Amino acid sequence: MPATSYLALGAILFCIGLYGVLTKRNAVLVLFSIELMLNAANINLVAFSKFGLYANQMGQVFTLFTITIAAAEAAVGIAILFALYRNRNTTHADEFDTMKG
Amino acid sequence: MVVTGESIAFFVLSMMAIGGGMMMISATKVVHMVLSLAFSLLSIAGIYVLLHAEFLAVVQVLIYTGAISILMLFGIMLTKHHVTEEDDQSPRRWHPFLSFLGVGALFAIIMGVIYQTPFANNEEVTQSYSLEALGKAVFKQYVIPFELTSILLLVALVGAVILAKKEADS
Repeated sequence: MPATSYLALGAILFCIGLYGVLTKRNAVLVLFSIELMLNAANINLVAFSKFGLYANQMGQVFTLFTITIAAAEAAVGIAILFALYRNRNTTHADEFDTMKG
Repeated sequence: MVVTGESIAFFVLSMMAIGGGMMMISATKVVHMVLSLAFSLLSIAGIYVLLHAEFLAVVQVLIYTGAISILMLFGIMLTKHHVTEEDDQSPRRWHPFLSFLGVGALFAIIMGVIYQTPFANNEEVTQSYSLEALGKAVFKQYVIPFELTSILLLVALVGAVILAKKEADS
């Protein structure tokens, strides 16, 4: 398979995630879409560790770190969502407008 | 293009990943969205196997399909009262359409760049990829980022517990 196929798959998944981030009202679904975007970036890293100009295994190391950070991000995001839900009793992202000027 | 087992596997796995993402966007019940996202992440693990990253595929299944999907499921079950994403009359009716236009423009630009760039095709390099080399890279060359990651995970753990804890006097 050429490198363009993997990069195109990453681009498609990233755009699906971006559309979800922009349109979904439920904050949990926004977190889902962010996870999908991070996975698309990971596909690009692993694809370049195979097809890059200086292909070596370091791309996989970077993907390992990205997966770790994404796990921490998901945990903190869910915790923030719980705190917001306890205070505002909703998970709709467009109702969290306390900091609106 | 010659049809090989790899291209068939790539086609099937990418269709599964994209279909899972599409179902996540279009499903009406939130639990269905979680399941389709988990399906999509599982297919991405298969894509990693095609790219000679077997350890990453295992990590993907463990962390994404296992841990993060279950965490999100908890997030839904502990917050939602009505489990459907209702489409009520929001004042911004044009918002999805404009978002679609913007995302479509970004996608067109990315695809144009990808298909105009020449890529080297050095497949023989991947024969030397091994779990041993990956471990040596993580624990020798990248040992300081590795330790920093452990500190960050600890901070995230403590922060998540403090954020999600109920306040004592409220």
